[in-house]
Amino acid sequence: MSSQATGKTSSTSQHYKETFSLSRFARVYGAQLGILGVFFGLWIIFIVSAPDTFLSSRIYFAFMSTIPFFAIMAIPLTMVVIAGEMDLSFPSIMGMGMVAFAFVYEGTTSIDNIPTRVFLAFVAALLCGSLIGWLNGVIIVRFGIPSLVATIGTQFFWRGAVLVLIEGRNFSLSYVKESFLYPALVGKIGGYFPMQMIWLILIAVLGWVLLNRHKFGAHIYLIGDNVQSAQLMGVNTARTRIRAFMLVGLLAAFAGVIASFHVAYFWPSLGEGYLLRTLASVFLGGTSVFGGAGTILGTFLGAFIIGAIEAATVAVGLTGFWTQLIYGLIIVLSVIMHTYLRKRTE
Amino acid sequence: MDYRLELRNVSKLFGEVQALENINFQLGRNEIVGLLGDNGAGKSTLIKILTGYHQPTSGEILFNGQKIDHLTVPKARQLGVETVFQERALAELQTLWRNIFLGRELQNKWGLLDIGKMRDETYRLMNESMGFTSSAVSPDSRVKTFSGGEKQGVAIVRALYFDAEIIILDEPTMGLSLKETAKLINFVRGIKKAGKSAVFIDHNVVHVYNAADRIVVIDRGRIAGQFLTKDISLDMLMEKMIRVAETGNLD
Repeated sequence: MSSQATGKTSSTSQHYKETFSLSRFARVYGAQLGILGVFFGLWIIFIVSAPDTFLSSRIYFAFMSTIPFFAIMAIPLTMVVIAGEMDLSFPSIMGMGMVAFAFVYEGTTSIDNIPTRVFLAFVAALLCGSLIGWLNGVIIVRFGIPSLVATIGTQFFWRGAVLVLIEGRNFSLSYVKESFLYPALVGKIGGYFPMQMIWLILIAVLGWVLLNRHKFGAHIYLIGDNVQSAQLMGVNTARTRIRAFMLVGLLAAFAGVIASFHVAYFWPSLGEGYLLRTLASVFLGGTSVFGGAGTILGTFLGAFIIGAIEAATVAVGLTGFWTQLIYGLIIVLSVIMHTYLRKRTE
Repeated sequence: MDYRLELRNVSKLFGEVQALENINFQLGRNEIVGLLGDNGAGKSTLIKILTGYHQPTSGEILFNGQKIDHLTVPKARQLGVETVFQERALAELQTLWRNIFLGRELQNKWGLLDIGKMRDETYRLMNESMGFTSSAVSPDSRVKTFSGGEKQGVAIVRALYFDAEIIILDEPTMGLSLKETAKLINFVRGIKKAGKSAVFIDHNVVHVYNAADRIVVIDRGRIAGQFLTKDISLDMLMEKMIRVAETGNLD
């Protein structure tokens, strides 16, 4: 398509040079600066109120070990929300991915090599997640059902499928420790640095490239901003949205695998409890529920704020009862801040 | 005769509603056709068929004498059709450069967006064609902050950038100031000088009369009649338009 544009591009001689201005910088990066401010503000509060905990490295390794489980899903979910859609089914996809994993592992006993079987099971989990994501997309796009409603339905359906297929059992996955995937996914570099953090960083960077430097991401923003304009100008809005839902499915299955590997155990309730934390990370990060605006950096920081609050509440000396109250307070205040910044910077 | 674009017996149904009925429409080479009609006459539906957004229920579409099956927006673009939509088709929360390249972003050899080039091109177009003089506007400005005329300018410049053979303008003067409208009429005449063709839709009979070679009047989904502007006076045209609106007949 871009060949059409050659007619007039050849005469480019003027280069657009951005002259640095603080107000323009603040306008363009307002949302990210806002969430960065919240992030460092809270961090300082944590350090001041519980210096013993927050000045030692142990708590940070703990964060990096548990936060990736939901932060990995928050990255593609950010794209879905920017496209003006919603997905509530990802916790069940985590479970379904592990069901596919268990079925393939148990169905390949003829292969006398556990690492190979675990690898095949891992691939099956990712395929299963992508397929469910694709189905979500097709239901939403082809039948024109609002994604919020459609994924409430599929959320129940796939959780039900997990329970039916696995008959509500929970079981040990201790065999995965024999696979090279175990250290690659949830191992600890030098005995400290959790591998899942590396995966989160990798996924966040790839997600950023996809969203900001690829056609797919450009179309995600355009669809969320004005779906009719995008359609009039020839953007394939159906395919783009279906792909976004597939990404959520794929990475939910991946998150399900690493969360299960981490404890080497399968629970049929896998994923429950991640729904609101993942959504909160996206909205705390400044992604607009109306679509058309949002950033990967915001979601990344949002996930760490959400993940840190629980530990911080206890470390600061409050009882665990306070956690939810503080969650709520920070989420509401941050969303107010984002709305205010958006109005100011327009 | 050799037409750039031709519709043969095109009809369009939306459920029970007959939006267009047996339309035969031609656009010649280097011709500006004005499309007139009241609200709901079917002008916008006709445009959306020409641009591939809607598919006709029955009938044929021909480009340069060749029949085109299942015309889509990207296909129409490949055939050289560019449109300035009534809705302007902008994404207002996004930056100017993203809007200019909406739907056909430039890519570099790695398949990633060539943002540098898109910004440069936008900057050039801003200065050369859009007449943005304010230093507050940059390729990174959000379109939401622009005035109505500036937004229309973005939509028009975007249509021109991609070397169109046929330019379709759907109600382009809507919401424009007098000065901006005069500029727009000049721009439509410029299309003629550049040897290209255009379909120009407007409510305002005077605007269309001043820019078009031929005028096609649409009423209730049918073509009620057509005139060459050199053969009819503005007063006569006005009179006929009012008669069509009242009786459905030109005479």
